[in-house]
Amino acid sequence: MALLELHEVSAGYGNIQVLHGVTLQVDEGEIITLIGANGAGKSTTLMAISGIVPLRRGSILFKGRPIHTLPPEQIVRLGLCQVPEGRHIFPGLTVRENLDLGGFLRRDRQGIRKDLDFVFSLFPVLHERRHQLGGNLSGGEQQMLAISRALMAKPDLLLLDEPSMGLAPMLTRQIFAIIRRINREHNTTILLVEQKASLSLKAANRGYVLENGRIVIADQADALLANVDVQRVYLGI
Amino acid sequence: MDYFIELFFSGLTRGSIYALIALGYTMVYGIIGLINFAHGEIYMIGAFTALAAATILSFFSLPLPALLFLSLAAAVIWASAYGYTIEKLAYRPLRHAPRLSPLISAIGMSIFLQNYVLLAQTPDFLPFPALIPEFAFLAPYAGVIGSSDLVILLTTAVIMALLSLFIKFTRTGKAMRATAQDRTMAMLVGISVNRVISATFVVGSALAAVGGLLIASHIGQINCFIGFIAGIKAFTAAVLGGIGSIPGAVLGGFILGLTESFATGYVSSDYEDVFAFSLLVLILIFRPAGLLGKAAPEKV
Ligand SMILES: Nc1ncnc2c1ncn2[C@@H]1O[C@H](COP(=O)(O)OP(=O)(O)O)[C@@H](O)[C@H]1O
Ligand SMILES: [Mg+2]
Repeated sequence: MALLELHEVSAGYGNIQVLHGVTLQVDEGEIITLIGANGAGKSTTLMAISGIVPLRRGSILFKGRPIHTLPPEQIVRLGLCQVPEGRHIFPGLTVRENLDLGGFLRRDRQGIRKDLDFVFSLFPVLHERRHQLGGNLSGGEQQMLAISRALMAKPDLLLLDEPSMGLAPMLTRQIFAIIRRINREHNTTILLVEQKASLSLKAANRGYVLENGRIVIADQADALLANVDVQRVYLGI
Repeated sequence: MDYFIELFFSGLTRGSIYALIALGYTMVYGIIGLINFAHGEIYMIGAFTALAAATILSFFSLPLPALLFLSLAAAVIWASAYGYTIEKLAYRPLRHAPRLSPLISAIGMSIFLQNYVLLAQTPDFLPFPALIPEFAFLAPYAGVIGSSDLVILLTTAVIMALLSLFIKFTRTGKAMRATAQDRTMAMLVGISVNRVISATFVVGSALAAVGGLLIASHIGQINCFIGFIAGIKAFTAAVLGGIGSIPGAVLGGFILGLTESFATGYVSSDYEDVFAFSLLVLILIFRPAGLLGKAAPEKV
């Protein structure tokens, strides 16, 4: 069943149009990856979904209802969260406060407590550092915190924008393993944006290739991995 | 020595008022990067509201503390309503406009409110009743510290403490800090930035109204121009401390108040404003981000 649908979405900034009629669909339980070169419009797509960048044309449905007219906080309330590119940790807040803000819209204290324990079990280092300021964490720890903060909202759909950016290969593999685990164990649907396509295609069910604001290929992940054009441009083979 | 102590306390009194007003400038700047030039007028409106409330309530022969408390409540509520409305009408529609537009709108709002009160009231000074009780135990120290000095200082201290608790522990306070640090991310965790901005104007206006009532009662008169000079001084205090920094606004307020008090006491009262602004210029030359400011002040 379709959890998220983008129909002919166009969006941009000022005079620049970035997205030219993007159509894609994410089904419940899937991991979908959106790959594309730097500047293709991947982050803009996620920001449009989250309600930060307004649409110029087209529509976005989440759980069957249009969300492109809603303010960002209502989209979060419906169960759609984003870990933006560059992590965006609140630098002057402690690790614990960053996590608390992830659950900003929740009222169920016990559920929050449980999810806090869960993210601390995923990333024990965050528990050790819980009283430190977010701005003082290393890049890898910040990425763990960014993902954990989003999980604190208990999302049904998680948007991840280049979670591997700037991370050492080992840390990247660890993050990807956890993304798969969240998807399996919590049944959280995931839309994963990556420039480094090989890892994300291996983790995903299906993938879309974005070029200059247009979807140029949409296929099963293993078919994309075998696709000669994709291999040449995005996998560096 | 008595003279020194007297100047010290009068500096703390001034400093308290500057700090109360400076907090509004710094909080609004921290959240939306705007210098709210109409903020001084909010303080003035707070004082006028307190005067109106005290005048009406004086017919009911209430005890002085009740009169003070009710006038304070009226001033806080009415000034907050103004702050909330000004943001909605004059700044929110310009949220995505070039930076200069809301600034000009703020200056326009300031002039408008000044003239509105000027026409509705009078350009002359109006007497303001002494709402702060006289404490007998301070009588031996008359001339060094008055009851209103003490009340102003204590009230300010309590308000600062409550404000820090509010910012640190409440949901709205956390949302304010998050929005000030990263507005896009605040939206992505589900914070309604519009509501945070409104709350910031309401809190800042309430603090200014408290300052307005206290100083009006201390000095004993008000007119529609008191917001202009107090606003500029408090803005100076906020820049001095590092605009956007809450402890900075408090520190800047007290430094400015004490400097003015000693300078006018030992040098000449003719140069009161000269000292204040010289201090500002010196700080801006040697510490452009202010005493406790961190970010480069490119936003100013
Ligand atoms: N805030 C912005 N203002 C103006 N242009 C932007 C902004 N963000 C991105 N762009 C432009 O939009 C295009 C797509 O950017 P983006 O969506 O970040 O691409 P990607 O995430 O695929 O690298 C780029 O040309 C970029 O310069
Ligand atoms: Mg990007």
